[in-house]
Amino acid sequence: MTVTTDQMVQLITPTGERRPHPVYEGLIADLDGAALRGLYEDLVVVRRIDAEGTALQRQGQLGLWAPMLGQEAAQIGSGRALQTEDFVFPSYREHGVAYCRGVDPADVFGMWRGTSLSCWDPYDINMAIPAIIIGAQGLHATGYALGLKRDGVEAAAVAYFGDGATSQGDIAEALGFSATYQAPVVFFCQNNHWAISEPVGLQAQVPIYQRAAGYGMPGIQVDGNDVLAVLAVTRWALQRAREGSGPALIEAVTYRMGPHTTADDPTRYRPTGELEEWRERDPLARMLALLQREGLADDAYLESVTAKADAVAAELRAGCLALPDPAPLSMFDNVYAEAHPLVAEERAQYAAYLDGFEGSN
Amino acid sequence: MATTRMSMAKALNAGLRKAMEQDPRVVLMGEDIGKLGGVFRVTDGLQKDFGEDRVMDTPLAESGIIGTAVGLAFRGYRPVCEIQFDGFIYPAFDQIVSQVAKLHYRSQGNVKMPLTIRVPFGGGIGAVEHHSESPEAYFAHTAGLRVVACADSDDAYGMLQQAIASDDPVLFFEPKRLYQHKGDVDLDRALTSREPLHQARIARTGTDLTVAAYGPVVGTALAAAEAAAEDGVSIEVVDLRTLSPVDFDTLEQSVLRTGRLVVTHEAAVFMGMGAEIAARITERCFYHLEAPVLRVGGFHLPYPASKLEEHHLPDLDRLLHATDRVLAY
Repeated sequence: MTVTTDQMVQLITPTGERRPHPVYEGLIADLDGAALRGLYEDLVVVRRIDAEGTALQRQGQLGLWAPMLGQEAAQIGSGRALQTEDFVFPSYREHGVAYCRGVDPADVFGMWRGTSLSCWDPYDINMAIPAIIIGAQGLHATGYALGLKRDGVEAAAVAYFGDGATSQGDIAEALGFSATYQAPVVFFCQNNHWAISEPVGLQAQVPIYQRAAGYGMPGIQVDGNDVLAVLAVTRWALQRAREGSGPALIEAVTYRMGPHTTADDPTRYRPTGELEEWRERDPLARMLALLQREGLADDAYLESVTAKADAVAAELRAGCLALPDPAPLSMFDNVYAEAHPLVAEERAQYAAYLDGFEGSN
Repeated sequence: MATTRMSMAKALNAGLRKAMEQDPRVVLMGEDIGKLGGVFRVTDGLQKDFGEDRVMDTPLAESGIIGTAVGLAFRGYRPVCEIQFDGFIYPAFDQIVSQVAKLHYRSQGNVKMPLTIRVPFGGGIGAVEHHSESPEAYFAHTAGLRVVACADSDDAYGMLQQAIASDDPVLFFEPKRLYQHKGDVDLDRALTSREPLHQARIARTGTDLTVAAYGPVVGTALAAAEAAAEDGVSIEVVDLRTLSPVDFDTLEQSVLRTGRLVVTHEAAVFMGMGAEIAARITERCFYHLEAPVLRVGGFHLPYPASKLEEHHLPDLDRLLHATDRVLAY
């Protein structure tokens, strides 16, 4: 199906030229050369984090990894639009957004390495732990946004999900609830064209952003491989949410260039030529072309970007490998917030069982 | 101690009111709970007094109610969700068992989920299908949730406040056939002055056998004990009150005194609360039991049409039939 429309917001062409837009151009007018360079550095660094995740999985250090290759602009553009008080409810592929929130790179890996079920303290970086159940987080963002509104805080919640999630009832209910209560929430759909092996056409018969109209909120389709356009539209949606104008739905049209996870084999379902077609719209190449056109990409800068990516990669690799295996009895921790006799009983029984092995070897 | 005689629905209403007065972070969510006051009138008048922000009529979507409450809890609120009828909870099942139950664990204790989910449950009111179910075992089976059921007005008043005050999520089952039953309630009592939330209560003492019950059938068990007493049989009735965790200590002590146990509930017997209780009490009291633990409850069928529900629900005679069998060993 055709996934882009005449309405799709684009501020950089695939060859790196600026493209004017009457509304959204103005929302990134503050970006000077340093800011543009910063965005490109982000794109390179998160691509490197992602590649490191894939490598660590292939080397047997992670049980699984969900690559975000190709979605860097969608995540950096939206992630850099956020302010500190905003709160993110992600799915499991938002490594780039987590980077923008300031997560400790090694913390990303606990979940994938199997040392814990989560990656970070949500209140440290204002980002919930990844949701695996598809679409559940849309409602959580809506409820959190309601809380922000009640508390009189000028901030917004953001729910990240994919095109597959738009088929889930929870996303439909989240759109409905948020509109009913005018909750300050932004729904950020990364339409990466594939829900494991299912093409977006199996989820949606009209462009996803058009669903917003039925709920009475604005829907915007943006070129998800254009970091400036994503930054602009997300700023717009966040600002109106913070000001009390209610929710919005953003459809970032992008492409998952890798597999769904490292356990997936896209060669079984991806049509010939599709990947190559999207490689020509690579979000990093586009931003680099823009920098070169504007004389912002000298050798020293490009070397500094590589050095930064190298440093982040080395840090997260070391941090990942240093994650300690959890103690067996820690699995009984935090089942409940308050004391629970059944958990205490089973913990004591298993502790006694484990103790029985001591001295026997 | 001054007590007020009131229906269970009014006692629940008073409990909600007190919890809302004491903590501004308590918010109520559900279908028809505002102007209507809920289909059972449990929230009657609360929206008028606390406003639409704290007593929220929601769109008709159960997953939406619970999922939105999860987000509010993330933000530090203490949502109290009303599920209109037992059979309507299934659309919210994923949010309850995958999100509400597990977020504290998955987040390594960083995120608290102090939700209370109120569920009118059970039959005996002549309703149409999906309106008389007993889904408590699904939730008791899920680690991370607490599950309780009240059986009288005073407990309804106190337990609901205890559930709301808990930092854990609580499934709060309200026996809908008792909503209009009246009982004495001490409105001024401290929450701890009766039993803590997770403690069973000896509702009647006895020496020959123990009947364990909760929610709507506590009254049936008490009536059976009354009838048995006329035949010279002394039945001890334990109101379990809490289904996850089960207060096995109180139950064990009772069975150690009587040597016999019958468990009764409205839910289907197969894979139900009674199975777990029978297994655990057998393990704890193996050398003290004079007879196998028997169960009396619903059959393995969808809740039947209302003209048949008297056969499906455990009643006085079926309960006495079981106690006779246990005493015959």
